[in-house]
Amino acid sequence: MAGLAATFGSGAMTNSIQEFDDAEAFFVIGSNTTEQHPMIASRIIQAVRQKEAKLIVADPREIKLAKLATLHLKHKMGSDVALLNGLMHVILKEGWEDKEFIKDRTENFEPLKAVVAKYTPERVAEITGVDKDSLRKASEIYAKAKRSMIIYAMGITQHVAGTDNVKSCANLAMLTGHVGYPSTGVNPLRGQNNVQGACDMGALPNVYSGYQSVTDPKIREVFEKEWGVNDLNDKAGLTLTEMIDAAERGDIKALYVMGENPVVSDPDARHVSRALRKLDLLVVQDIFLTETARLAHVVLPAASFAEKMGTFTNTERRVQLSRQAIAPLGGTLPDWKIICEISSRVGYPMNYDSPIEILDEINRVTPSYAGITYSRLKGSWGLSWPCPNEDHPGTLFLHKDQFARGLGAFDAREYIPPAEVPDEEYPFTLITGRVGFQFHTGTMTRKISILEREAPNAVLEMNSKDARRLRVIDGSIVAVESRRGELHLPVQIKQDIPESVVFSTFHYSEKNINELTICAIDPVAKIPEFSCAVSIRRV
Amino acid sequence: MSQTLVVCPFCGCGCSFYLEEKEGRAVGVTPSREHPVSQGSLCVKGWRAYEFINRPERLKSPMIRDGGIVRDATWDEAFDLVSRKLISIKKEYGSGALAFLSSAKLTNEENYVFMKMARAAFKTNNIDHCARL
Repeated sequence: MAGLAATFGSGAMTNSIQEFDDAEAFFVIGSNTTEQHPMIASRIIQAVRQKEAKLIVADPREIKLAKLATLHLKHKMGSDVALLNGLMHVILKEGWEDKEFIKDRTENFEPLKAVVAKYTPERVAEITGVDKDSLRKASEIYAKAKRSMIIYAMGITQHVAGTDNVKSCANLAMLTGHVGYPSTGVNPLRGQNNVQGACDMGALPNVYSGYQSVTDPKIREVFEKEWGVNDLNDKAGLTLTEMIDAAERGDIKALYVMGENPVVSDPDARHVSRALRKLDLLVVQDIFLTETARLAHVVLPAASFAEKMGTFTNTERRVQLSRQAIAPLGGTLPDWKIICEISSRVGYPMNYDSPIEILDEINRVTPSYAGITYSRLKGSWGLSWPCPNEDHPGTLFLHKDQFARGLGAFDAREYIPPAEVPDEEYPFTLITGRVGFQFHTGTMTRKISILEREAPNAVLEMNSKDARRLRVIDGSIVAVESRRGELHLPVQIKQDIPESVVFSTFHYSEKNINELTICAIDPVAKIPEFSCAVSIRRV
Repeated sequence: MSQTLVVCPFCGCGCSFYLEEKEGRAVGVTPSREHPVSQGSLCVKGWRAYEFINRPERLKSPMIRDGGIVRDATWDEAFDLVSRKLISIKKEYGSGALAFLSSAKLTNEENYVFMKMARAAFKTNNIDHCARL
């Protein structure tokens, strides 16, 4: 998000999901789309099969989409910036860039040119393992198609170089003029049903709703007036990973967690539980007794999504109304009511009758949501922001005619290696992710019978050559060890994974892979890297 | 039996479907044919999204840790304890000692009031959620 905000002026998907149908070329990097975003993957598959769209997949693993791809670039883990710079190198050398777009709509082009000049196909092949013919072919497909889309997910952002990776994607799109038109742009896929909305609403340490900065006195004044207070804090707060570190140090004494399970979802899990145990007060509000709730001093039982009304914003910025289907389960309360009660009891009364009244307030203080009112949502399939007034139809694709920040800003980045690379002691790279049958920490999906039948336990996916070397077969138990922890997992031999790389998921708290992962942080976006070096031995 | 249009609780695609209710319980899912994202289809998770709602493991009462023991409590007791402790920690260590973790699973309205509470009631910007994970 930080990377796209810096280059384009807005951190969200530039296009709507329906526009995927008419793209001519897809460049999918760091997204296992069929598993994580199945309904978006099916659009890509349809466009490739029925409309002969070209598909380039850049992923170390032979993911399902790669089997359908025009071209699969198996670049090495963490070598994304080098690969993207290599593509730009070829494009500039061949004269495939969009000179008019660069001149009229962007700035800082010269420094980019200087940096990518150093990424010759030979050097890129050395860093990434992608040969120069494939690099050239990929550059040609992406640059020459009229409507090209870059699609990425956590495979791009969860690196110490995550912001660099995102900026490099943005650079590539601007270089070829592939942004600001229908079915043409840069599309980060968000992993949770309301991760876009939680960001939009200012559940972030540096902004109020609508990405309005807490350090801007004029903005603070607007919120002070609406909220009837006069001393809002003018300094950005701590990010999640910083909060955990501060709790470990004893600087954070109370943590109120609502609908999250950091003990399982966060890297270096033992560090997380150690930090949470030091708190004077841990409040956890959830629908199930999660691993995090087990550590809490107070657990507050919340109503589920079906038991309340409210709006969610999907990955394409579409704000939709979800209606109440059943009464809250006996003993539970909707999250918004719990918050209002606590706020009132600490001396800041909140007296909303319903989420509709809260949405009214959001409309008043959030310019991009000003026209997304309850009465309009009630009779529609939703509205995509920015939607500045009640007559505005919403915005399907961003940056038409000009970027949200005015000119698009090229920001040339250099390749840096991952925080932890394999060595003699820990010779494998561990990648973590999800499978299509489970979701995140499994709090919900592990209680669904058919999903448990299909994907009942954690496995370690491994290439057959590595398996042979380690003398293990499908189902053998191995000890996987990193500098932070050790876990015993059954082996699953897979042909789609390269040698010296292993894959596992974080759905299973009884085998919490995040006890092994690393919390090395991207310095800008503060996103942890997760993937790390491990050793594997037979037990 | 009634059918209510809801947004799927899982990934970011934003599919909608009709949640089927029978005698106060969620019992099934019907895709929405006209919905611009789902267009009448759903993934394997969406089709079964009703199943976890009425599971017996759902939390039904606030709980409080008393020494080493965790016991059920009334809402009034839980509200009272949380608000008293938050106030006393703020008084003793300042608002910087408080932190709030919101959720990518909750509604916009809930995220908004949660961040409003952190900022207006406790005067801290220590609020985040798992967008980075």
